[in-house]
Amino acid sequence: MQRADDYRERRAAVARLTDEDLHKEFWDLAGKVVDPLVELARTHTSPSIERSVLLRMGFSSLEAKGIVDKCLERGLLGKGAGNCVYRLSKMRGCGTREAGLNLAAGDGWDEVEQSFRGKPVRGGAEA
Amino acid sequence: MSVERDREAGLGPENLDPTKRISVEAVLEGLEDYRPRRKGWHWREGANTPRKAGPFQYNETSEPLERDIPLPAAKYFGGIDPQPDCVITTEIASGRFEDDIRRMRMAAWHGADHMMVIRTAGQSHFDGLIEGTPEGVGGIPVTRKQVRATRKALDMIEDEVGRPINFHSYVSGVAGPEIAVLFAEEGVNGAHQDPQYNILYRNVNMMRSFVDAAVAKRIIGSQGIAQIDGAHNANATAREAWKVMPELLVQHAINCAFSVRAGMPRGSICLSTVPPTSSPAPCMRLDLPYAVALRQLFREFKFRAQMNTRYVESDAREATVTHVLNLLMSRLTSADIQSTITPDEGRNVPWHYNNIAAVDTAKQALVAMDGLREMVDLKMDGPLGKKVREIKERAVLFLREMVEIGGYFEAVSRGFFVDSGEYPERNGDGIVRAPNGGVGAGTIVPRDPDYLAPVCEHFGYNNLPGASGGGAGKPCDLIGGCTLCDPSKIQFIDELDEEDNVNVRLGKFAEHRKAGLLRPEVQWYADGYVAMTIFLPTDERTAQYAALEIAKKIGMKDAEVIHKLAAHPSEGTVVEVKGILEIDVDPGTLVIPPKVENLPEDEMRADVKAHPMRIVAATVGEDEHSVGMREIIDIKHGGLEKYGIECHYLGTSVPVEKVVDAAIEVDAEAILVSTIITHADVHRKNMKRLSDLCVEKGIRDKVILVAGGTQITRDMAVESGLDGGFGRGAKGADVASFLIKTRRERR
Repeated sequence: MQRADDYRERRAAVARLTDEDLHKEFWDLAGKVVDPLVELARTHTSPSIERSVLLRMGFSSLEAKGIVDKCLERGLLGKGAGNCVYRLSKMRGCGTREAGLNLAAGDGWDEVEQSFRGKPVRGGAEA
Repeated sequence: MSVERDREAGLGPENLDPTKRISVEAVLEGLEDYRPRRKGWHWREGANTPRKAGPFQYNETSEPLERDIPLPAAKYFGGIDPQPDCVITTEIASGRFEDDIRRMRMAAWHGADHMMVIRTAGQSHFDGLIEGTPEGVGGIPVTRKQVRATRKALDMIEDEVGRPINFHSYVSGVAGPEIAVLFAEEGVNGAHQDPQYNILYRNVNMMRSFVDAAVAKRIIGSQGIAQIDGAHNANATAREAWKVMPELLVQHAINCAFSVRAGMPRGSICLSTVPPTSSPAPCMRLDLPYAVALRQLFREFKFRAQMNTRYVESDAREATVTHVLNLLMSRLTSADIQSTITPDEGRNVPWHYNNIAAVDTAKQALVAMDGLREMVDLKMDGPLGKKVREIKERAVLFLREMVEIGGYFEAVSRGFFVDSGEYPERNGDGIVRAPNGGVGAGTIVPRDPDYLAPVCEHFGYNNLPGASGGGAGKPCDLIGGCTLCDPSKIQFIDELDEEDNVNVRLGKFAEHRKAGLLRPEVQWYADGYVAMTIFLPTDERTAQYAALEIAKKIGMKDAEVIHKLAAHPSEGTVVEVKGILEIDVDPGTLVIPPKVENLPEDEMRADVKAHPMRIVAATVGEDEHSVGMREIIDIKHGGLEKYGIECHYLGTSVPVEKVVDAAIEVDAEAILVSTIITHADVHRKNMKRLSDLCVEKGIRDKVILVAGGTQITRDMAVESGLDGGFGRGAKGADVASFLIKTRRERR
């Protein structure tokens, strides 16, 4: 887009605001711009986010990559990669680390997938 | 201060010895079990508490260092090294962490407490973490091992200098959340994080950038890590950097507002801001209103004042002046973190000593302007106030239009950002990105209702069952603790590449190191680089090629002209050339004259009292410089008179004959001559003449002959037939001690 500097005309919309009101307007507008971005982030995840969850669960970067790649193949990223590990450890009665290493090696995905087809779980809460 | 607390708690790694270089092997030893002793950012202690240093009062300093290297002129003020109130940053980009840590140590001694390590080119697009210690280009690959080793080395260095040091790198690109976790686990203290940077300058998909950023920000915010945004890149990219000012306010606002909503404390959010222009633009008139507008609108946040790079050329002098003006801007407004740009930024990746130069420039200028705002006020009821208001209004209008057209993604897809027109002017040359384009497009997925992440500090929807969902428990109770709560769970990967790692690099020069050889270097151990300055009496282009020929003739490899400046179209050009000299020196073979120790003060006074001493002194030849000689003899400057030596000062421009006659007349035991002018070797001729005349008149054995001057050395004086010579920096005590010792020897 090409446009000449029409600041003199445009400023009519804000010229009467006091300095404090202009300050408030600036931050109100900034809020309006970021609110949908925050909502997008709140409701979505990504391979990197899921690998970051696995790192925090005590997996190395290589192990985390293995688990997330397979999670993506199964279409389970929306459940959370950490969730898959957690579920398998509960189902098999083993530690989180053992469950994750199994999943990284390709073992246990059918059980995990099966578990998500069971009864719906309770509603979510914000961390 | 917390360094002391850490030391008392036994948390410090082994101590560094200031007389020895840091051992990379010692840093690497036991690294798999090393844990950071502190998390989060550290602001300087005692900032803005009035304090004294030497003879002066300061109002904008922080606690002094335990070990430091002060500014050169400090020797006139008792060696003081006042530390400014703000954190001082140095940026390091050698690509090898084992060399970076040596440079960090040097910078820390000069006053840097924020080590910003640049990442290797291309890491933004690397989908995952890199491991090991591979070499980078223009920075290091950020890996757990490199980060941990650097943090460990900095723990040693902060113990040595006595001030906590912040370690900083980048949480950007498509692996942002993973790098955020890595930084949180490894005690990294500061990070760049700004999704807009990814989108505009790294072409990472815009949705992926914001989704990842919220998670990364929550993690780094939870550890007290300071965040720096990326808005200043618009300055460095835009064709006319001063026209993007309204947009910069908008970029800062988006990152700040988004960060706060992601859970980051306001006090951890730092705006990265650069004075947009450089002289010969009237930069104060353009940059100051912008700096004021920014600090008013973002009064709840912190400021990282960066120096201008946009208009930095290869001229280190010009760059330094620009940066000093930037520092004036910091003092006229505010800076919580003062970043520095090395004066060689326009030539190559920074060299060791240019990091030191930049840190010293910041320290020197900030201390010089201590208390400036107590004397000078910004006049807001004139053009400054008007311009501040205008910049804010333009930014508000920018935001309004963004909201009207449908928000951030729409605005980016229409090229709103980095347009060279000053908003609302538009030149249609902004950066355009498509919402479904870029690296990592199509990779975000909605979180299902049963989405779960059983870890702490996880931003966003999380279907946590039971107590972890909202009760007293932590989310990671589900798995018996996450790495943020239980660091023993962190997995450490050592090396993945057998060829590209620190051990191979160290091995290459192992023998060289063991033999203690010295080779020039500027960024890597024994890289061999040197720079030389050559003036040639010819035009610029001829001078450039002649300089390269000279470099070739002295055996310089890979010679390259790094700077040239015409003094005149035909009279001459100054050229700076860099190149490699693969010359090793074995310090064991050097003949280094022993350092002369002065006699104790009391002993000198007692000696002169017992055996009175009389001297004559003068500035000889056609030389009117008298300051140096007066400092050597005057009691006020701790000169010879202080020790009871009777001084007959004859004045300036005294013929050598008259000096010798005066010595005979007063029966002096010593003659001191000062000779500053060296034109046509007049200083050597004067010294020789003095010696010859004393021989002629038969008094040579009775008088001690001493010469002084900025270009005089002991060897030069002795060669000319004198007994001693003193150059730049000599003190009265040095001369007194020499005279008394020489007299004793003759007795």
